Amino acid sequence: MRIALMATCLADAMFPSVARATVTVLERLGHEVVFPPGQTCCGQMHVNTGYAREALPLVAHHVDVFEEALTSCDAVVAPSGSCVGSVRHQHATVADGAGRHALAGRATAVAARTYELSELLVDVLGVTDVGAYYPHRVTYHPTCHSLRLLRVGDKPLQLLRAVAGLDLVELPGAEECCGFGGTFAMKNSGTSSAMLEDKMRHIRETGAERCTAGDASCLMHIDGGLRRAARETVRVAGDGAGHGAPRTVHLAEILASTRAGVFA
Amino acid sequence: MSALRRPVALGMPGRRADVGHAPGGPALAGGASSPLRGEETFPRAAKRELAKPQLRANLAHATSTIRAKRAAVVGEVPDWEALRDAGAAMKAEAMQRLPELLEELERAVTARGGVVHWARDADEANAIVADLVRATGAREVVKVKSMATQEIGLNEYLDEAGIEALETDLAELIVQLAGDTPSHILVPAIHRSRTEIREIFLEHMAGVDPELTDEPRLLAMAARAYLRERFLRAEVAVSGANFAIAETGTLAVVESEGNGRMCLTLPRTLITVMGIEKVLPRAQDLEVYLQLLPRSSTGERMNPYTSMWTGVTPGDGPQEFHLVLLDNGRTAALADEVGRAALHCIRCSACLNVCPVYERTGGHAYGSVYPGPIGAILTPLLTGAVDHDDPNSSLPYASTLCGACYDVCPVKIDIPSILVHLRTRGVDAGRGGVPAPEAVAMKAAGVVMGSPTAFRAAEAASRAVRVLARDGAVSRLPWPGSLWTASRDLPAPPKEPFRAWWARERGASAAEGGK
Repeated sequence: MRIALMATCLADAMFPSVARATVTVLERLGHEVVFPPGQTCCGQMHVNTGYAREALPLVAHHVDVFEEALTSCDAVVAPSGSCVGSVRHQHATVADGAGRHALAGRATAVAARTYELSELLVDVLGVTDVGAYYPHRVTYHPTCHSLRLLRVGDKPLQLLRAVAGLDLVELPGAEECCGFGGTFAMKNSGTSSAMLEDKMRHIRETGAERCTAGDASCLMHIDGGLRRAARETVRVAGDGAGHGAPRTVHLAEILASTRAGVFA
Repeated sequence: MSALRRPVALGMPGRRADVGHAPGGPALAGGASSPLRGEETFPRAAKRELAKPQLRANLAHATSTIRAKRAAVVGEVPDWEALRDAGAAMKAEAMQRLPELLEELERAVTARGGVVHWARDADEANAIVADLVRATGAREVVKVKSMATQEIGLNEYLDEAGIEALETDLAELIVQLAGDTPSHILVPAIHRSRTEIREIFLEHMAGVDPELTDEPRLLAMAARAYLRERFLRAEVAVSGANFAIAETGTLAVVESEGNGRMCLTLPRTLITVMGIEKVLPRAQDLEVYLQLLPRSSTGERMNPYTSMWTGVTPGDGPQEFHLVLLDNGRTAALADEVGRAALHCIRCSACLNVCPVYERTGGHAYGSVYPGPIGAILTPLLTGAVDHDDPNSSLPYASTLCGACYDVCPVKIDIPSILVHLRTRGVDAGRGGVPAPEAVAMKAAGVVMGSPTAFRAAEAASRAVRVLARDGAVSRLPWPGSLWTASRDLPAPPKEPFRAWWARERGASAAEGGK
């Protein structure tokens, strides 16, 4: 299969290894990956913050880029539940809201062939064992948009269970939001931090070395909190005290890891 | 805000000239500081509430308990999703036919000996009720828990008019005795522990046993003794309504404690204040809602008391019945094509109980009698809040859009989409003047993200942040970045963005890949 990678602006700019890992997994499974270089951002941050007007050109641009990519590709994949959620559930609405009904129709057509990574692997490619090896204790946080917008269900867990060496432990209160919410993390910083505290406590309770998820954005939030907490521990209790503190890793990075090398 | 506030007369909230009535449009609800509008923005009020550890503990315990009960009883209904669809469809029908259904209801109630009153807003509704009570000569009324009368500040209005309104729902009584405000639609004293409740009773409940402990059974017995006497002597009761049936003129109140049944049957005069959106076309429609409501709200298969009455029955129950139909911003909400679904709400509170934001901040942070996810959409819709100076305009942002509320809503209100819609409405209303820093940033980000060339340049420029990083992370940024770094590190930008790696490694296939 020939697959167009929607890297997402966040992974492209801040977490390139997530996008590279996505390429690695798909190529290992024998598929061809292309990266349409015209891509930028799906516009989700603008839409969710109330800036639909500013989002419209981003939506139009996204549709232009991936519509063309789909003339030679079978599907679009993104390592993000929320960006795919935006493509699937917001793009046509933004276009319709601006009276751009033809664009809305094209957006719907692009969305119909756009998949989050676990959806593509399990539903489209029919694979759960991608040949990965990751010798760590891992807990999985089902990000809100993967869970409740895309309804990916247990697909990420099916993939994780098939990873050799991986010890999967259940996260208490897993379905509760980590408190990120895009600009919510800034606009309601205090509430966001209170939610993050509880998420981190639950992660620590599992004894996992790594918390994984399908969204680099939520992981950036969780990891930012875990890093801060580990640093505070070191500050108070001295060097070495932060040792063994959990960190985050994207699902794609786990799936890309093999006995030949851990991806992240 | 303070410059815009009007003097408070008769205990009635002041009314801001610019929010009271949309020019040429239907009346909006809520004055500058009213039961539908606090004095602070959500983030500011939340900051205060987040600093109360007892409150956080009370809320976490209570919401997780109700969540588990709800999940268990919803899980045992095989056609739950079909019931939700039916509940949503019938509410949509009722909203579409609202004028005709309300007139049908008026005819039916009148034919059965009731009197129907129409109130455009809180002022009109309060005045109607006060006049009706005065006409009976009574100086006190007993009340069934009602969101509509809280929304209009009826108790405070009656108090100024020299009429004492006694709340008879246990939790409402606790809140009233403490001089507090409710923090939850269904469990108004959710923010209180039983230790606190004992203290409130000892301090404020006349004739209470000084040996009272915080055992729930004894607390309930104390309240029962206190209330029983008042039920028996009351001449007037004021209630809300969960449902009204247009074809028959029947009103319905759903409750758990039996206090509602006392109020609805013992006094001679019954006054019901009901939001106009509570009307349903047919008696048969109750079949659906009486399954959806108790399971969603208290997590019970069926609530203990469901009272239904139609007009007046000679020699049995109230001999005088008044129905006050309240608009108070509902017609304005109905005019919003996306937001109107908020009027489908049956006040079950399931969305509050699953909301991670509500669970941390509690209801008071919302500044409105309607807290939580439904409050974050309903309050701005009823009050028409778009002005940045209006605390209610911060409510649609009081959500991570996690979607948990939509999943549990028994009438499938797509709360996340309405939140986004209201955010957009606020941003668009603010266009034209001097743009706020956020608007400038969003516009700039839109330009950068709209072009791969500009995006590449921005990625390159962001490398500069690496000088601030230690161990690959940035822990302190100037405002507004400080809002993030207050409690979280920010990763340093990588040496090389993905697209640069791709161009370097796969240059040939990149050129082939498209534009």
